[in-house]
Amino acid sequence: MSLIGAKVLRKEDPNLITGQGQYVDDLAPAGCSFMAVVRSTEPHARIVKVDTSAARSMDGVLAVWTAADIASLPARPASLPGMDMPLIAGDAARFVGDIVAVVVATDRYVAADAAEAVVVDYESLPAIASLGQALAPDAPMIHPVLQGNTVFFQDYTEDLTAEFDAAPRTATLSLVNNRCAPAPIEPNVVLADWGATGLTVWAAFQAPHHLRNTIAAFFGISQDTTRVIAPDVGGGFGAKINFASEIFLAAALSRAVGRPVKYTQTRSECMVAMFHGRAQEHKVDVAFDDSGKILALKVQVTQDQGAYPDATGMGLPVLTTAMAAGCYKIPKVAVSWRNVVTNTTPVAAYRGAGRPEASYMIERIIDLVADETGVDPIDVRKTNFIPADGFPYQTHSPLAVYDSGNFAGALDELLRHVDYPALKAEQAARLADPTAKLLGIGFSSWLEIAGFGPPGSLEAFGHLASWESAQVRVQPDGSAIIYTGASPHGQGTVTTFAQIAADQLGIDFDRISVRHGDTAVIPQGIGTMGSRAVAVGGEGVKTASTRVFERAKKIAAHLLEATEDDIVVENEEFHVRGTPSKSVPWSQVAWKSFQPLELPAGMEPGSLDATVFQQVPNFSFPSGAYCCVVEIDRETGEVEIRNMYLVDDCGTVINPMLVEGQVHGGVAQGIAQALYEHMQYDESGVPRTATLMDYLVPAAPDLPGYVSGRTVTLNPSNTLGAKGVGESGSVGAPPAVINAVVDALSHLGVKHIDMPATPQKIWSILRGSK
Amino acid sequence: MGMIPARFDYRQAGSVAEALQLLASCDDAKLLAGGHSLVPLMKMRLVSPSTLIDISGIAELQGITDAGSALRVGALTRHRVVERSQVVAQHVPLLAHVAGLVGDPQVRNRGTIGGSLVHGDPAADLPSVALATGATMVVTGSGGERRIAASDFFVDFLETAVGPDEILTAIEFPKRTGAGFGYEKFVRRSMDYAIVGVAVQAGEQPGIALVNMGSVPRRAEAASQALASGAGVDAVAALAADGTNPPEDLNASADYRRHLASVLTKRALLAAGYR
Amino acid sequence: MSTIETHTTRVTVTVNGREVSEEVEPRTLLVHFLREQARLTGTHVGCDTSNCGACTVLIDDEAAKSCTVLAVQANGHKVTTVEGVGNGNGGFSPVQEGFRQEHGLQCGYCTPGMIMACTALLAENPQPNEHQIREALEGNLCRCTGYETIVRAVQWAATNGGAGEWA
Repeated sequence: MSLIGAKVLRKEDPNLITGQGQYVDDLAPAGCSFMAVVRSTEPHARIVKVDTSAARSMDGVLAVWTAADIASLPARPASLPGMDMPLIAGDAARFVGDIVAVVVATDRYVAADAAEAVVVDYESLPAIASLGQALAPDAPMIHPVLQGNTVFFQDYTEDLTAEFDAAPRTATLSLVNNRCAPAPIEPNVVLADWGATGLTVWAAFQAPHHLRNTIAAFFGISQDTTRVIAPDVGGGFGAKINFASEIFLAAALSRAVGRPVKYTQTRSECMVAMFHGRAQEHKVDVAFDDSGKILALKVQVTQDQGAYPDATGMGLPVLTTAMAAGCYKIPKVAVSWRNVVTNTTPVAAYRGAGRPEASYMIERIIDLVADETGVDPIDVRKTNFIPADGFPYQTHSPLAVYDSGNFAGALDELLRHVDYPALKAEQAARLADPTAKLLGIGFSSWLEIAGFGPPGSLEAFGHLASWESAQVRVQPDGSAIIYTGASPHGQGTVTTFAQIAADQLGIDFDRISVRHGDTAVIPQGIGTMGSRAVAVGGEGVKTASTRVFERAKKIAAHLLEATEDDIVVENEEFHVRGTPSKSVPWSQVAWKSFQPLELPAGMEPGSLDATVFQQVPNFSFPSGAYCCVVEIDRETGEVEIRNMYLVDDCGTVINPMLVEGQVHGGVAQGIAQALYEHMQYDESGVPRTATLMDYLVPAAPDLPGYVSGRTVTLNPSNTLGAKGVGESGSVGAPPAVINAVVDALSHLGVKHIDMPATPQKIWSILRGSK
Repeated sequence: MGMIPARFDYRQAGSVAEALQLLASCDDAKLLAGGHSLVPLMKMRLVSPSTLIDISGIAELQGITDAGSALRVGALTRHRVVERSQVVAQHVPLLAHVAGLVGDPQVRNRGTIGGSLVHGDPAADLPSVALATGATMVVTGSGGERRIAASDFFVDFLETAVGPDEILTAIEFPKRTGAGFGYEKFVRRSMDYAIVGVAVQAGEQPGIALVNMGSVPRRAEAASQALASGAGVDAVAALAADGTNPPEDLNASADYRRHLASVLTKRALLAAGYR
Repeated sequence: MSTIETHTTRVTVTVNGREVSEEVEPRTLLVHFLREQARLTGTHVGCDTSNCGACTVLIDDEAAKSCTVLAVQANGHKVTTVEGVGNGNGGFSPVQEGFRQEHGLQCGYCTPGMIMACTALLAENPQPNEHQIREALEGNLCRCTGYETIVRAVQWAATNGGAGEWA
């Protein structure tokens, strides 16, 4: 019986529910010391003096470093030339949170005291808190190399003047994709131990090999003596693929003080130091006809990079513009983007990284076209969908060749769950009753680019390659260990990969372990991001398992004196097809696979061991259709989500329970972006939402329950057929929620509301309408 | 930063007398009850007292007693105890109801009514109950006991009438047995402090009090008077924000707060049985 | 080097039925006492403003945020952590099992605090409805699950043994 598609309980859970998990902060090697960080409280300032004398004189303080102490080290990796992010700011601090000094002490509390005792003398410089300020004439400059604040500008890829002039109708929409803080519940944590024989770094990180390669290059040391371990990781959501400066500082300090150095970010630090996500502004022009058929689309994206451009952050608008047309067959699409620096926390990957911004934009545009033409939003979608037989579909972007999907099918499946006519009737009835709450119905037909990716795709973001490693190693007792480079942080990879391997190997799920997250144990690896773990890493496990199984069959055939083609496996027994009595257990095949005398001619001992560097020819394109129903309190402006219907197409489902979990979590973050979360700065660049008191990560009473449905179109780029699902919810939910909010208010002439749709914003609209 | 308090001396007081003695003898000392207002400020090092005097073990500050026309609630009584108290639910139901809405369950298990009131936070829930019901604060100093009306208790932002060498020992809530009540708390996220809150106590001496509508917890005086003189809910609600100077922050402008105060007042009045 | 005089105080807490007695600075937070003195690292720290609830433990059988409680405040009291609610033989409490059965966790970081908050809920209200469950968890943030599976986990536990027992 196949385990693909089975609800299997997670192998990860027994440790995690009993407190036996091992997160980095749980580790306490002998002699462990503690690092604390002094951060700039100024958005932009010349650093006049850093007085460390009081901190240095404290009992238990081992080191206090300023920029001068790390002059021999490079800048933070993944920086851009001339705009490098220093590990410790020297001449100037460029955002609130920029590191100004670090201390190491024998005790966590003493380290905090010492950090508090460092006195920094700043001379404030004019600061840039927003894109508007950055692009204003005579704006202050952050990096002199730029001659302005634009790091990169791509003009419209095509001139669509003729198309827009000829179009029956056009419309324009400006929208803001609000800056979000990833806010995993475990912040950045690192423990570095630079011993006599090498460096070991435990880090809350999504891509340990990537970090290992980078650390070795950073310090000019050999990869063989550099070991990175990502043990249990408390959520990442993209933010833990960024090279946090603290990782490199902890390693350097460990070398200097001769002790392990541990650093645990506080939440207040995490809010300003862990890179943010989204932070885009869009100007969109759309040309269409009276039927709602879209004729041309122009999208200009302005990406806030924060104070120091990051290699991943630079790529965000590339992904956004590549996916600008969403599920739709739009004859002409022109895109333009601009990367801009501001005196704010750097911006890089956050769940979806560039794609939620695209789906939000195009799904808002669809509803805008519906509003302009009076055509129902469902019909506008259906009019413009790429048809189910339209794949592969080359988009306007060379990056994106959609390989499979059935967008109308997903929307139809959604409408099977949603009684749309009844909701429309209820909406009208409520509108007529001034004491009733307003009702809004919002849809999104979303699509994303995932499964990173084909050769060259991750290299563009600074990774070694785009494959994922998998090693399958059968033990002498017939159990198996899978080693994967796709290091997880909550996805359930240990479970899903064991399911995949169990199917291919015919070994019991309970006798398959999955190991990850240690560069000394895993051959090589890339990491978990971009919804790639199953689509690339899982496929690798399947490929490696298949190879091992073919060899096991050879051994079994030899032992059973049968031909290989007749061998089948059932209940961990190899037997000759049709002759169940003629059998040999997996455990014996495994045992004998190590004994040269038992092997068929030409077979080496230890051959039930295969390593694969799995490549895929294309990205994957998960898609789906969501519907959100909101109620709006006419007096307070409060939005409450009444229903959330979710139809996902992630291709083959390995474990429905885990897929549902990924969708729920992504949707929750999407709702959070739409209604609650917004990393805000005041006009001078000081963050206003730098704690979890002010930055509203929603809790259980604030989020709805979900109704889930599913359609399946297979991913043609792997044999599993799986597309990936980690980012889906965060891509699909925000437009569904905002479309619902706008729908509830459309009788007032409302065409758009920027996220988050706060009660005050809506109250302002309602008040203005009176 | 955050997370680790600065160093302090720790002293335990076994009685009110001992606590007063310690307060008088230590410079820059703070009283520690449940710690749920104080410890977060200490972790942020916004407050760094040289000495913490732990009063949590003082038995005479615990518990709820029936004092005839009033309920006397010891300052150290935890929100959870107030919330679950049958006698509070019977005689001051507004208090029981609001005690169940403070913070979150963990906060309610540890936080104390006295701690919450002496913190004087205009965004906290319980001051509005004291104000709406016309409670009396019992404060003890070296010279003995002082009784302060709730309306005189909150003097400035995070500042109450409790002197530096005094301790809030109990709160007396006049019984409101059988009278209606309402409490409306407007938040964006469930666990948060109120953006605006309104407490309504119906009965013979009705009262309306506001949460987060200024730098101190306050009664809605004009609205309360209108209510006492028999005005209708709409008229009373329209007066809710009279004389207030509400703060502006991320969640609400002053205008929006005034509007919310009026909307919530009407809802609280309806809940309290007014029509 | 100057020397700062450090006063320590003895704190004795019965943690999961076992007495833990240590000399600590009075400013020591209970969560650090549990993690670093008692070496029970199941209780996590997720914020510094008492919002996230990852540090939730039971003090005298009531849920509390151990990052907002000084260790001295727990002196002489009983503290129960996630390590103390299973049956001690590798078995799980009903709440722990519910989280496993219903996929109430992903990264697992908020999970110990969630489990303790849910345990306290079921001890008080053995058959909570969905609304009551969500309200009871308002002081615990999870960034992975979107909470619905946590609600189901509590419902699973409610029908399969409730809060369970602990020392």
